[in-house]
Amino acid sequence: MIQVENLSKFYGEHAAIRDLAFTIERGEVIGFLGLNGAGKTTTLKILGCVLLPTSGRVTIDGFDVVEDPHEIRKRIGFLPDTPPLYDEMTVGAYLSFVAQLRGVSKAEARSRVGQVEEQTSLREADTEVISSLSHGYRQRVGVAQALVHNPRLIILDEPTSGLDPVQIVEMRALIKSLKGTHTVLVSSHILSEISETCDRLLVIQDGEIVGQGTEEELATRAGGAVTVEVDVAGDAAAAVKALGLLPGVSAIEVTPREGGVTTLVIQAALELRPHIIRTLVAVNVDVLRVDRATKRLESIFLKLTQGHA
Amino acid sequence: MRAILLIARRDLGSFLRTWSGYIIMAAVLALLGLAFNAGVLGRGAQRSSEVLSNYFWWASGFTMVESVLISMRLLAEERQTGTLALLYSSPVRDSEIVIGKFLSALGFLGLFLLITLYLPALIFVHGKVSFGHIFAGYAGLFLLGSAILAVGTLGSALSKSQLVAVILSGCMVVGLLLTWWLVGVTERPLSSVFNALAPYPHFKPFQEGLFHLRDAVYFLLVTYVALFGATRVLEARRWK
Repeated sequence: MIQVENLSKFYGEHAAIRDLAFTIERGEVIGFLGLNGAGKTTTLKILGCVLLPTSGRVTIDGFDVVEDPHEIRKRIGFLPDTPPLYDEMTVGAYLSFVAQLRGVSKAEARSRVGQVEEQTSLREADTEVISSLSHGYRQRVGVAQALVHNPRLIILDEPTSGLDPVQIVEMRALIKSLKGTHTVLVSSHILSEISETCDRLLVIQDGEIVGQGTEEELATRAGGAVTVEVDVAGDAAAAVKALGLLPGVSAIEVTPREGGVTTLVIQAALELRPHIIRTLVAVNVDVLRVDRATKRLESIFLKLTQGHA
Repeated sequence: MRAILLIARRDLGSFLRTWSGYIIMAAVLALLGLAFNAGVLGRGAQRSSEVLSNYFWWASGFTMVESVLISMRLLAEERQTGTLALLYSSPVRDSEIVIGKFLSALGFLGLFLLITLYLPALIFVHGKVSFGHIFAGYAGLFLLGSAILAVGTLGSALSKSQLVAVILSGCMVVGLLLTWWLVGVTERPLSSVFNALAPYPHFKPFQEGLFHLRDAVYFLLVTYVALFGATRVLEARRWK
């Protein structure tokens, strides 16, 4: 669906992105991960046909962003880093305007607006003037305008920025619901957002892609281990011995807790949770909790970006 | 065409829903009313047609001011608030964005000119002037306003700030008007060139009730060139 080859964008002497290359298949949800100023917004603006590249080639559905931007614009929905909202309009009128601007007929626009308001929980805000909306609602209207014409490709630049935890969960659910029917490219600098919602990640640092693939692939590339935390009750020594024999396990940290419970922090090269549980059950140890370490993705990200710097 | 009308309609709606448009219009109308009393009626005994010509002279100045003020927001505001990205990422050509924006301002200017009609109506009721003179004068004001709006659209495309936009447009309009002054201080053939470029010699016949096609073409040409420039600026912005 999207092919990017040697894409560069210079602002004067400064390269915002340099020789980017990646492909995205139809129906994928891709996370575009990078720190502020890494080049995410510039890349997404080029894919959204807002900005022209200095060099390189980008094709979306076979159309080139420089030669056929008009054809591409018919196929995409784009949410820039600031939601492009006309403050004086009502939500319904704004969404209808955007739908028609993107080629939906007036009659069809009415039903599409209804559907997208349902999808983004904006039904009750239909007649509200946009300037009176809270930040969370404004962000939702921003996402709704990217979906209203039912595009094949949806590009969302930091859709969760400034949202509260409840709104973040809702936004994640919304992005997940688009999987399969749409190709989605979503950027964020919040790592946990990306790992939960996306099939695949592209990590960008200083305008260059420093890692791409699934979370597992990135972990392997970064040379980092998968960290699993397990609380066990029973013979902890037997458990450690058995787990040490599992292929892929590189280190086990043992921390005794109160009430005969022991926490094992297991470093493995791959996702081994099913094997770990089977092994523990086999040596007759009670498994009370199994968890992936929450900071896992952060550590991969830091390794990738630091390694690059 | 559909996109042009959509953009124009939305923008005109925005003009009519926000206070700034009305405030600009009310202020310019009030000043025009004062100028009409002091500058047009306060000149002693005159023939009705002279009164009307004088009115059109004053009205041309206020139409230019109104045009510069209402065009400053057209593209600058879109860039300032980030909504230009919406238009840029939609299947709409840059020329369609510019024309749509321009037409919305032209619609608002039309409304302004419609309201000013009460002034020549007063002359019509109390004196003896022809419909033709009023029609020609208003055609001139509309064409002049259209040209200045186009220049204002170009100024608005050049800047992110409405204040800078209005200053840029004001400078361009004053520059255009000053070519009339250059006619007097230069010799032929240069003076003929300035005479052809200056707006006033082309507006004067309208002011006196004459509709010449060549003068209408002049204003349409200025409109076209300025809108073409604004489109080019918008296209160039995609590189930055």
